[in-house]
Amino acid sequence: MTEEIIIAGFGGQGVLSMGKILAYSGIMQDQEVSWMPAYGPEMRGGTANVTVIISDERISSPTLTAYDTAIILNQQSMDKFEHSVKPGGVLLYDPNGIIHPPTRTDITIYKIEGAKLAAEMGNTKIFNMIVLGGYMKVKPIVKLENVIKGLKKSLPERYHKLIPLNEDAITMGMKNVIEN
Amino acid sequence: MGELRLMKGNEALAEAAIRAGVDGYFGYPITPQSEVIEYLMSEKPHERTGMVVLQAESEVASINMLYGGGGTGKKVMTSSSSPGISLMQEGLSYLAGAEIPCVVANVVRGGPGLGDIQPAQSDYFQSVKGGGHGDYRLFVIAPASVQEMSDFVPLAFDVAFKYRIPSLIVSDGLIGQMMEKVELFDPIPRLTDEEVIARYPWATNGKPKGKERRILTSLDLDPHKMERHNWALQEKYKLIEENETRFELIGCDDAEYIIVAYGSSSRIAQKSIQLARKKGIKVGLLRLITLWPFPKKPIEEFVKNGIKGFLTVEMSAGQMIEDVKLVVEGRAKVEHFGRYGGVIHSPEEVLEALEQKLIGG
Amino acid sequence: MAEITLQDIIKPENLVYQKTKLMTDKTLSYCPGCGHGTAHRLIMEVIEELGKENDTIGVAPVGCSVLAYEFMNVDMQEAAHGRAPAVATAIKRLWPGKVVFSYQGDGDLAAIGTAETIHACNRGERIVMVFINNGIYGMTGGQMAPTTLPNMKTATSPYGRDIDMMGNPLKMTELVSYLPGTYFVTRQAVHTPAAVRKAKRALRMAFQNQIDGKPGVSFVEIVSNCNSGWKMEPVQANTWMEENMFPFYQLGDIKVDGKLIDR
Ligand SMILES: Cc1ncc(C[n+]2csc(CCOP(=O)(O)OP(=O)(O)O)c2C)c(N)n1
Ligand code: SF4
Ligand SMILES: [Mg+2]
Repeated sequence: MTEEIIIAGFGGQGVLSMGKILAYSGIMQDQEVSWMPAYGPEMRGGTANVTVIISDERISSPTLTAYDTAIILNQQSMDKFEHSVKPGGVLLYDPNGIIHPPTRTDITIYKIEGAKLAAEMGNTKIFNMIVLGGYMKVKPIVKLENVIKGLKKSLPERYHKLIPLNEDAITMGMKNVIEN
Repeated sequence: MGELRLMKGNEALAEAAIRAGVDGYFGYPITPQSEVIEYLMSEKPHERTGMVVLQAESEVASINMLYGGGGTGKKVMTSSSSPGISLMQEGLSYLAGAEIPCVVANVVRGGPGLGDIQPAQSDYFQSVKGGGHGDYRLFVIAPASVQEMSDFVPLAFDVAFKYRIPSLIVSDGLIGQMMEKVELFDPIPRLTDEEVIARYPWATNGKPKGKERRILTSLDLDPHKMERHNWALQEKYKLIEENETRFELIGCDDAEYIIVAYGSSSRIAQKSIQLARKKGIKVGLLRLITLWPFPKKPIEEFVKNGIKGFLTVEMSAGQMIEDVKLVVEGRAKVEHFGRYGGVIHSPEEVLEALEQKLIGG
Repeated sequence: MAEITLQDIIKPENLVYQKTKLMTDKTLSYCPGCGHGTAHRLIMEVIEELGKENDTIGVAPVGCSVLAYEFMNVDMQEAAHGRAPAVATAIKRLWPGKVVFSYQGDGDLAAIGTAETIHACNRGERIVMVFINNGIYGMTGGQMAPTTLPNMKTATSPYGRDIDMMGNPLKMTELVSYLPGTYFVTRQAVHTPAAVRKAKRALRMAFQNQIDGKPGVSFVEIVSNCNSGWKMEPVQANTWMEENMFPFYQLGDIKVDGKLIDR
């Protein structure tokens, strides 16, 4: 099994940290992982993206041009990455701020109202965890227990009290992801 | 098994420095490697192991701090990226001339000049042909993963001290910035002052009672003596070529074509090879681990066994290809493919080049 | 009365002066009358008198004193041009219990190595920096140095240093005295017995500061002649130095125990 993912959106949406949690979860279930961000001025312009690979084998190229899954959180990223999903792959997006929804028919498209749900839960910071939940539902590769383990490992002790909230957000995402 | 962590290449390099028992790190910030000194400062290595970490006023100062510190027999290290490494060239030449061990890491970015901050491999010539003046070599090793960013630190020090030569770890922005799983090695304690004194009699750390003083210099105004010094250096380099050449063969057993690559490019090429194999193309990868000494033997073997051709893949306009050609000596086709200036080639582009330049051409 | 032989005179009890054993027997490579040799000797005498011969690491520059390590009988490193303060910084940081000094000319310390000088001084490295100011690049054949006086002729200012065109002489020692990282800053000379005595006292204070762990650099400038570069006889060079260099580069302590002296 090899899962090649691109996560793309605005800086500040938690794109990079969502990728990191995913990668850490992969480690927790004994898989190989890589996390390669776009860095430098590209980020300063406001967009952020990261390529995450989870695999049972040694990972070759950490940068890619085609992905099994694209998680897309703004219009710029939709324009850039809709056509980079492999045929038969998955595109998961948050419709908030998307003017031109995806049109491809050779891939499966899912929607998650991450921004809206986060606002309803009263904490916009958990937006990325809701989206992560949506991803975990449509691509059950990392197990929830391993995500929680990963969070424990990657978060400083003083943030551990926030883990239950993150777990709720993931569950919320899992429940609310819908096929387009 | 050692501790598992998800880390950036730069962070792994820094953590490895602490664990490798480094005594002093001297550095100056530059993207894409500033995480090295940032990580070190945040880890308080002074409390963890007693390691000194100092932000120098420039790369010129850093490399000369390595000269001073390394000259006392301590384990010293710096890191930078291309423009900073250019500033260090005079110092590296002095270190090589005075035979002072140290480790320098270059997280290469696009050039020339200020270039950009994206990954590149265009510092190959500078690394292996002597970016500074004089007939000298560095031990040059190229990690291709975050794991190796960690593992190659103690290795680079071992070679540096064994042969009294500066070691250069050459990675790039991709390996520096990406995160992967790393198994951290168990900490190696720093040597005590007494151990350093006993182990390295050449080091200048205070003239031993009743013995001759030690001098570290790269100068000898008598050209004949200087030539003898050069001969000794060349002898040493020969020994390193014999003992310290490293490479990796991936899928080469039945290969008709060979991709030669190192570092990030070798990772990308691995994917290209998977794609090629799906199409029935028999291609393997020679991954260079040491850039100097250059792995000549496997190339010679491929040529002898009638390989159809080599494709060198590097994020440069074609630098490492020259060393491949020097071994091949016209006996097989050697082509180059690479994007550069900070652009990373895709696995598909590499495959296309393989098909067009080697197989079709 | 028996005749007195040489053997009768050469006796330990008659000894008035002896070359320090921390100077090697190598013949100095300096021009006759040059101040470098005297400065070397004073540093070595001080280290011997302080009992630190086995605990000292010296850093030689690029300049006429590039071969200082041939004459100074302690562990020595030869640094790249201008980088001695960086080299010395690392040695001291990694061996805080040892005595570390750098020895540099004006081209080395105040031109190509300005950044290293300023920053070692500003960080307050606990080292001794000896600065031989002869107003010229001696080693390379008498070119203009940052310290060359206005109107002074050198190989690269053959009509005299034109301030408008070539800039002003740099008073590096005053400059570093304003940095909080310097603890002791002084300007000395070594051209007369009286000056030598004073210079030695200053050097002893500088090394003592370091041994006592005083915070910061002890910076000792020695205004010296370069009779070859100045194209003068040694005696004439010393007179010229007194008449021209000293008024501009005023001798004496500038900062003692971390405090600037009112001059
Ligand atoms: C990088 C570099 N540039 C230039 C030189 C040539 N060089 C050697 S000594 C020197 C000037 C030395 O002058 P100073 O420091 O005043 O020492 P002095 O000989 O006067 O004692 C120069 C320019 C060099 N060795 N290295
Ligand atoms: S050239 Fe000048 S500084 Fe050099 S040894 Fe001669 S007199 Fe001294
Ligand atoms: Mg001079």
